[in-house]
Amino acid sequence: MAEKPGTGSGHGGLLLPRRRFLGSTALLGASAALAPGLLGRAWAETPKRGGHLKLGLDGAAATDSLDPATYTATYAQTVGYQWGNCLVELDEKVQPIPELAESWEASADASVWVFKLRKGVTFHNGKEMTAPDVVYSVNHHRGPDSKSGAKGYLEVIKEVKATGKYEVTFELETPSADLPYVLSDYHVLIVPEGSDFTEAIGTGPYVIESFEPGVRTLAKRNPDYWKEGRGWADSVETLALNDLTARTSALQTGAVHFINRLDPKTVNLLERAPGVLVIDVPSAGHYTFVMRCDTPPFDNNHLRLALKWGIDREELVDKILRGYGRIGNDHPIPDFDPFFNSELPQRTYDPDKAKFHMEKSGYEGPIQLHIADAAFTGAVDAAQLYAQHLAKAGIKLEVVREPNDGYWSNVWMKKPFVGSYWGGRPTADLMFSVAYKSDAPWNESFWKRPEFDKLLIEARAELDFEKRKQLYWEMQKMVWEDGGEIIPMFNNYLFGSRDNVAGFVPVPVLTGLRVSEQLYFTDL
Amino acid sequence: MHPLVKLVAQRLALGAGTLLVVSALIFAGTEILPGDVAQAILGQSATPEAVAAIREDLGLDRPAWIRYLDWLSGFLRGDLGTSLANRVPIGEMIAGRLENTLFLAGVAAAFAVPVAITLGIVAARYRETWLDKAISIVTLSAISMPEFFIGYILIFVFAVKLFWVPSIASVFPGMSFADRLYAVTLPVATLSLVVIAHMMRMTRAAIVNVMASPYIETAELKGLTRARITLRHALPNALSPIINVVVINLAYLVVGVVVVEVVFVYPGMGQLMVDAVAKRDVPVVQATGIIFAATYVLLNLTADVLAILANPRIRHAR
Repeated sequence: MAEKPGTGSGHGGLLLPRRRFLGSTALLGASAALAPGLLGRAWAETPKRGGHLKLGLDGAAATDSLDPATYTATYAQTVGYQWGNCLVELDEKVQPIPELAESWEASADASVWVFKLRKGVTFHNGKEMTAPDVVYSVNHHRGPDSKSGAKGYLEVIKEVKATGKYEVTFELETPSADLPYVLSDYHVLIVPEGSDFTEAIGTGPYVIESFEPGVRTLAKRNPDYWKEGRGWADSVETLALNDLTARTSALQTGAVHFINRLDPKTVNLLERAPGVLVIDVPSAGHYTFVMRCDTPPFDNNHLRLALKWGIDREELVDKILRGYGRIGNDHPIPDFDPFFNSELPQRTYDPDKAKFHMEKSGYEGPIQLHIADAAFTGAVDAAQLYAQHLAKAGIKLEVVREPNDGYWSNVWMKKPFVGSYWGGRPTADLMFSVAYKSDAPWNESFWKRPEFDKLLIEARAELDFEKRKQLYWEMQKMVWEDGGEIIPMFNNYLFGSRDNVAGFVPVPVLTGLRVSEQLYFTDL
Repeated sequence: MHPLVKLVAQRLALGAGTLLVVSALIFAGTEILPGDVAQAILGQSATPEAVAAIREDLGLDRPAWIRYLDWLSGFLRGDLGTSLANRVPIGEMIAGRLENTLFLAGVAAAFAVPVAITLGIVAARYRETWLDKAISIVTLSAISMPEFFIGYILIFVFAVKLFWVPSIASVFPGMSFADRLYAVTLPVATLSLVVIAHMMRMTRAAIVNVMASPYIETAELKGLTRARITLRHALPNALSPIINVVVINLAYLVVGVVVVEVVFVYPGMGQLMVDAVAKRDVPVVQATGIIFAATYVLLNLTADVLAILANPRIRHAR
């Protein structure tokens, strides 16, 4: 329905389901502190095997399939990680760590990557996982006939071949330092060579027993699961609960042990319910107001700066995200990213500066912002607040309400000033490539700077951390100074769990997709 | 030809005509939905070329009326088409869902109809007393609230506060009948609260109406008991309108469950339809729409025929 193309899968889409996220508090540290029971116990106790774990997730549809090429939303992605593994996993700091690959190494120019596979891992059908299986699984998402959501960002791979029983070599079209991130994507699950992807034969912690699309999935523990300290419950039942109220009441009544996507508006009520814990994870997801840099009056940077200085970010985080989020600084790199430019001054609400830039721009008259709640939760309210902020700088903002239906096809990237959201990407490269590069498919601000593109390609091939950081810092500065995106806020993910389960590992860019193998019961 | 057979045939023809009109309306309605199917299928990989290829692939580039005739003829042959989103035959997709919806409607009817008629009879028998008023106030209050509101109140009280019943009606193949019944407790209660008032009021009104007839007076003067008069003499003559309203409510139980299914996450046709609309899976929307319409038309037809059978005056219409 009102789904934004490209926010989720595909094109660097590691990860984030394309639906909008409801966010919550703050930095990594704060989130851990908010769920002491859950996280604390994960370290304090030795988990026990057993129990029937029930998850209630949104993002399910009657048209879902087990084929990872079709995954677009949370439900199917979570089921994917029940039966399958990737070569690479992301840890709590969003750094790639070994999963089915034991180690990997890049050539000096980052154009050839060699992945060494873990030995002795077997598929659910008893066959051992070897290099040809990996080649088969990766190629499923490539080639002209592929309909996979991962096709776009796997285009970087020129050739993938088995160079040993336990060794796979990737030759890239253009050098990329981020290949391990790409291979951690939920689409690229490894299956035995020649198997049907819809049969979901993997190396994962659970074996799918029954899969009713849009209703329910039942999986039994894989007795031969290779990963230490994962896959505790005897069985996992995943219920499709797209309706927020249904999810919440199911958690409150104990019908499920874990739910995703809480509503910031009601989360404080839920926190008071007995037996329920709220988990708050910072995300790379952000809400934006987008100006088309190729359309007057937004082609004038003074006008863009006026609109950037004229927004009260704190108030938006407070009122729209109810505090479950962080203020943004008009570039899309989240504060927990290793390449986050920490020396860039944080833009604040300054009506005088806004007024100054507006006068410099020479533009007079009202500005129209086209918006619908499809853009992000509370978008219309946010626009009304924004209009009040700008009024103090003497700028008249007219909020034009658009219908939710068709917003992403008729308004977004069509009208010159609109609301939008991004689920975020695990790396700066993927985020910039998908929405900031001149020829990016979703360059929603139509901001085209060849200097920026050059830096982006240079940074992608750079393996040295410090040098790479310099490049990304420069790019963030360019977007901050000149770009067409007003990014007032980053949202957080909110999950709910019963107090008798623990072990959830909050990874900022993953929407809890690997929760099935992490949770265990504390009352066994 | 027996006049009754003729009448049924006439009604059937009329029903078929209605369905044809409805099918055209459904087709037109889905045609003007905003958003593009090809784009919905392709999602993020929607380049203009790919969209054009898919449109051609699905025959969406042909004029609407040709696609309508195509769809209609397929439908008449029992071919519901295939889902655009995952290419599964729609018949397969719908079978289990329809079964679930009919199960829910069946359980709700098995509970609500006897309760409503009994309440109606009791209310008529003791009309204008506090009992009659209490029954009316309670049932009419229930029908005055929107279904989702009743549903949420029931969830809050009986699932969240008292833990008596599950808040979500999760059913799946292989579940025992008793488990199934337990799972659908709240949806059945919600549906019942919505339909009871209508049937109850009609039963009461019909009986009260008949009770005013001279022959009831005769029966009274003959010395029959109130209960006997009500059940043996008044009820049979009041049956026709009661049957009518009962069957119309049965139709509502099947086609009106969309909201209830969504609130309780019940895997029925309504939920499937909502899913399909969200995915712009037009053939599924059309198929579910036409099935709902057919159910409605058929049950209305049944209501007419039963009403005729129950009423000799209509049966022998001159």
